[in-house]
Amino acid sequence: MITITINGEEHQFDGDPEMPLLWYVRDVLGLTGSKYGCGSGLCGACTMHMDGKSVRSCVVPVQAADGQSVVTIEGLDPNGDHPAQKAWRDYNVPQCGFCQAGQIMQAASLLAQNSEPTDEQITEHMTGNICRCGCYQRIQAAVKAAAVEQASKGA
Amino acid sequence: MLKYIDEEMQAAKAFSPGNADRSVRLENVSSRRDFLKTLGISGGLVIGLQLLPSGSALAFDPYPTGAEGMPHKTVSDPAVFVAIDSDGSVRLVAHRSEMGTGSRTSLPMVMADEMEADFDRVSVVQAPGDEPKYGNQDTDGSRSLRHFVQPARQVGAAVRQMLEAAAAQQWDVPLARVRARDHAVYLLDGEGADAGETGERLSYGELAESAMAMPVPAFEELNFKTDDQFRYMGKGEIPMVDLHDITTGKAVYGADVQRDGMKYAVVARPPVVGGSVKSMDASETLKVPGVLQVVELAGSIPPAKFAPLGGIAVVADNTWAAIKGREKLIVEWDSGPHGSFNTADYEAQMRATADRPGKVLRSQGDPETAFANAARVVSADYYQPHMVHAQMEPLVAVASFDNGKLEAWAPVQSPYGTRQDLAATLALEEEDVTVNVTLLGGGFGRKSKCDFVLEAALVSKEVGAPIKLQWTREDDIRHGFNATTSVERLEAAIDENDKVVAWRHRSVSPTIFSTFMPDPGYASNVETGMGLVDSPLDVPNLSIEVGEAMAHTRIGWFRSVSNVPHAFAAQSFIAEVADSLGRDPKDMLLELIGPDRVIDPKAANMPEDLWNYGEPYEEFPNDTGRLRHVVELAAEKANWGTALPDGEGMGIAVHRSFVSYVASVVRVQIDDDGTIRIPEVHTAIDCGYCINPERVHSQIEGAAVMGTTLAMYSGITYENGAVKESNFHDYPVARITTYPERVHTHIVEHPFSVHATGVGEPGVPPFAPALANAIFAATGKRLRDLPFGDKVV
Ligand code: FES
Ligand code: FES
Repeated sequence: MITITINGEEHQFDGDPEMPLLWYVRDVLGLTGSKYGCGSGLCGACTMHMDGKSVRSCVVPVQAADGQSVVTIEGLDPNGDHPAQKAWRDYNVPQCGFCQAGQIMQAASLLAQNSEPTDEQITEHMTGNICRCGCYQRIQAAVKAAAVEQASKGA
Repeated sequence: MLKYIDEEMQAAKAFSPGNADRSVRLENVSSRRDFLKTLGISGGLVIGLQLLPSGSALAFDPYPTGAEGMPHKTVSDPAVFVAIDSDGSVRLVAHRSEMGTGSRTSLPMVMADEMEADFDRVSVVQAPGDEPKYGNQDTDGSRSLRHFVQPARQVGAAVRQMLEAAAAQQWDVPLARVRARDHAVYLLDGEGADAGETGERLSYGELAESAMAMPVPAFEELNFKTDDQFRYMGKGEIPMVDLHDITTGKAVYGADVQRDGMKYAVVARPPVVGGSVKSMDASETLKVPGVLQVVELAGSIPPAKFAPLGGIAVVADNTWAAIKGREKLIVEWDSGPHGSFNTADYEAQMRATADRPGKVLRSQGDPETAFANAARVVSADYYQPHMVHAQMEPLVAVASFDNGKLEAWAPVQSPYGTRQDLAATLALEEEDVTVNVTLLGGGFGRKSKCDFVLEAALVSKEVGAPIKLQWTREDDIRHGFNATTSVERLEAAIDENDKVVAWRHRSVSPTIFSTFMPDPGYASNVETGMGLVDSPLDVPNLSIEVGEAMAHTRIGWFRSVSNVPHAFAAQSFIAEVADSLGRDPKDMLLELIGPDRVIDPKAANMPEDLWNYGEPYEEFPNDTGRLRHVVELAAEKANWGTALPDGEGMGIAVHRSFVSYVASVVRVQIDDDGTIRIPEVHTAIDCGYCINPERVHSQIEGAAVMGTTLAMYSGITYENGAVKESNFHDYPVARITTYPERVHTHIVEHPFSVHATGVGEPGVPPFAPALANAIFAATGKRLRDLPFGDKVV
């Protein structure tokens, strides 16, 4: 039996332990905010946090999440007002929007570790997340703005 | 509004001389009316455009668009698009699909503006596939706003006047004593434009019931706003309607639909187009826990439109079990007629064809003599491989066949076409098929083809349960409807005075039409109209030719379609000619375009069947003045001509497509190891009246990234008929590390009277040639074969 805490709620699973966390969360739990984009850790659309770090949930077997605490986009902030989410809205970042849950989760994990990221650190941290619509210019700007907001909150 | 957009908008405004003149020149009232007459447009609100009564003082003069030539044209019945609740909340219908361009926000915004509704109180409802009710829904060709801005204004104006009529009736005053403003109707202290408000008001909610019962005003009774009265249009201040849902994970895309009892399926498809299952063993598959059954799907041999490729569907309790089950299938495939297709051989064949005289589509002057007598001939070949869309959301659809009826939920660009194809495939009546449209996680043309929805429906019918049919990324890359591949031969004849006296552009490229009909072997007029036969160049001797190329893959529309290879070749070549003459590329470009003029296609000997993106030519002509203007604007903003440090270079390119004009100046910086960096891009776009500048900025920013990707990375390789690439490791796309760091968008300002034109696609074609030209300027290395990678070696 695998036990995972997802967005603060404990879930038990006795299915295929190799099932990627992404499919468990989407198909079994019905939380569809995290997206399937490649299934191979190449695009970042499925990004979640596992014990505070961003992971590509399409390549994390559920058994590797046993006993861990997982946060998805649905659980990032109770009101959807995490500084990254707010900055994404301020900058009208999305086009189709499909990659953006993953982008926001990836950005949020950077902000959690580093409240004053440089441009290079932002680029490096976000490089695993593809946006085929090409919103990178705004993503870069939004992460920066979110860092400023987060820093002002912390102060 | 984003600060940088605001600054750019102000700056572009200052650089828009002579626009007023231009807008006058574009109006040609008599031809417009003739056009309307020939189409037999009649009264009634279900038709978008009508003849104006003479002397009508409308704030906008309706004009015909290509919508009249599309299936089911346009609809502008308020009852179809607008519902107002007694609490004042307004629901507006979006009938075009949202794939990232913003039309789901922009069209309702236009309605709300004209009806004086507060957009904060508007919610948007997505229409199912039903063109007789809503008008054309094919969300492609950069047409949504171009075709529907007028009907949307008409809907909004009609509703506003119905609300005003209801208020006047309630107060028992003449209509002239009331005025709608900001979600309410106000009682006036007098009549006419100068009358003030008395303070008495009725909210839209209070008026809703009586207003919706009012007769819908006839078109000639509608009073449209003047440009200065717009509250949302032209401003770019309305965020996308789905913004909050997208940032909180609540937005519903194709894969996010859930149905009771739903099962999950993936399909093993023949690796070669037109292939089929020779033999199959599913015994190991059926042992995978969660796998329920396998279903064999019949295949198709092109031309088969959007028919599924066939194969074996694995049905399971969840996506993962279906994927694992598919891995365990043992299938022997028959590869069919395309099993020996190889990209490398095909490229060589196209190059050989491009080296021989082609079929002449347009000839001016005497090109053969001019080439024979030239002091010098410059020539070059350009290559584009097949590419796939790789939209972020792999194909997926949910279908439920129940009791002789089919309901589908899918991210489709063509909901009604999908419905018709579903009905035909399952032998159902159209009214027994419902197609619900989710958000699209990108489309770029791939989701105009509904093969994936047909698969889901066929499997659901067989299994007797709702099915979510998911394509993996590998499926998406290997079983696409490819962008065409091409070799473009360009030749210029130069005389003793270094003048370009003759020009040849010969294009060799398999046609999209091969997907729909027996392969004609030559590009169609729709494809050659995209920057080939409509070349705006002012050269006395001209030959535009096509060469034969038979298709061996499924070819489909890909954002900007044939404009991409045509513009890459022509705009790269102009810079090559400039270099061979020691000229500045921008000066050369402007000289070759020649003076400001509206091109007369007949006088220019363009083909009779010249494709103008479906638009009436008189209303949307090819205007070299506007083309030149975007060149000047982009160049000026980019500081064209300033000295750059070693290892840096600027390139310029311009292209008219989807009846818009776009020029890009790209600046590159080549690192010591040859890595190409793109610190800055300046793109100028003239898309007529700009309805939602903020989304135009985002489309242009995105076009630069897609242009980067196709220039550097995109190429599908066939070996023995099968695609080699499979996922983002071998079919890469631009990442945040390779994207243009700063794209500046400059929008040419126009009043509403200058017809709104395409935005989603026209930003892409000029980008790759501008980039290649910049790399040449920085390094002296000319890149003619796409994709050229992200390093100069
Ligand atoms: S879906 Fe997980 S990285 Fe692409
Ligand atoms: S917004 Fe479409 S993929 Fe990023």
